[in-house]
Amino acid sequence: MSEVTQTRLWLAQRISAMVLAVAVAIHLTGIIVAIQGGLSAAEIIGRVGGSFTLAAFYGVFVLACAVHAPIGLRTVLAEMTDLKPVLVNGIAGAFTAVILLMGMQAVLGFYGLGGG
Amino acid sequence: MLVVEIWRGGEDGRFQSFDVPRLENQTVLDVVTYVQRKLDPGLSYRFSCRVGMCGSCAMTVNGTPRWTCRTHVSRVAEDGQLQIAPLRNLPVIKDLSVDMRNFFDKLAKAGGAFQSTKARTDNFAQIPPADPQRKQADAGIECIGCAVCYAACDVVTWKPTYLGPAALNRAWTLVNDARDGMGDKRLSLVAGDDGCIACHSQQGCQEHCPKSLSPTAAIAGLKRSVAVAALKGKL
Repeated sequence: MSEVTQTRLWLAQRISAMVLAVAVAIHLTGIIVAIQGGLSAAEIIGRVGGSFTLAAFYGVFVLACAVHAPIGLRTVLAEMTDLKPVLVNGIAGAFTAVILLMGMQAVLGFYGLGGG
Repeated sequence: MLVVEIWRGGEDGRFQSFDVPRLENQTVLDVVTYVQRKLDPGLSYRFSCRVGMCGSCAMTVNGTPRWTCRTHVSRVAEDGQLQIAPLRNLPVIKDLSVDMRNFFDKLAKAGGAFQSTKARTDNFAQIPPADPQRKQADAGIECIGCAVCYAACDVVTWKPTYLGPAALNRAWTLVNDARDGMGDKRLSLVAGDDGCIACHSQQGCQEHCPKSLSPTAAIAGLKRSVAVAALKGKL
């Protein structure tokens, strides 16, 4: 991997961190407000399900996670293990796929449960 | 009397204990010199100027990297005991002498050599002391290349290919030197996984720098410049 690509990854991690800082704040505020009236599966589905706005918001959240976390994992593995760079990049890439798949499945699942 | 433990041998060596007379205004380098001159002439260590200019006498004193010629025993001895070891993050040649090649090679690798844009017949560049870029360069220019920051840096320990604080600090002084002609090419040299973006900003370098410089600030400056260059496609 070239130095330019490595630097772009670092930049992508910084930019995704900015997105996550806002998204996490909105998410935490949202759940603190939402649980005031009790917490049940029906309540969550009733609030989140079918909402395009929330699906779009959590879609961006998942995308930012999928960019941010694997780049950090790549750095940790490179510094703390003796794994070869190609394997480190492979693990980080696989982690991206897992976050995207699981995250998007959850987002689309909730959207679908509301009949959207 | 001081009880002094000094590292003997190579990487797999051990500490050897010596009793050294305690003197007023005694530096750690005085202690090491006493041991070599009076107790064991086979002790290997490195020093030159003895006044904090040359950067050759750095060692690990009671677990902390320091310039030994300007470190008074009274500041660092714990209950009359000193433990003196070679610098961390550099291969031990023998006793207190380390192989500095990696350290100096990285200065070159980071574009640490000044590239002039003028000939000797040209006039001197006139850069006002208040010039913002000159201030940035001045802030890091007093580095003596002692490798204390390099020994203090955990990122170097974890990632031996990381350029390290001294090399990046040097690069930042040149990025801000209006007379230098390397430009964005130097930013390319300090970008990438082994360059400035590997720094975790733990600030061990500036905590231990005997010249009170802040390589952390220099690296932060490089990160900003590298980010802008990457966005503009100039890396």
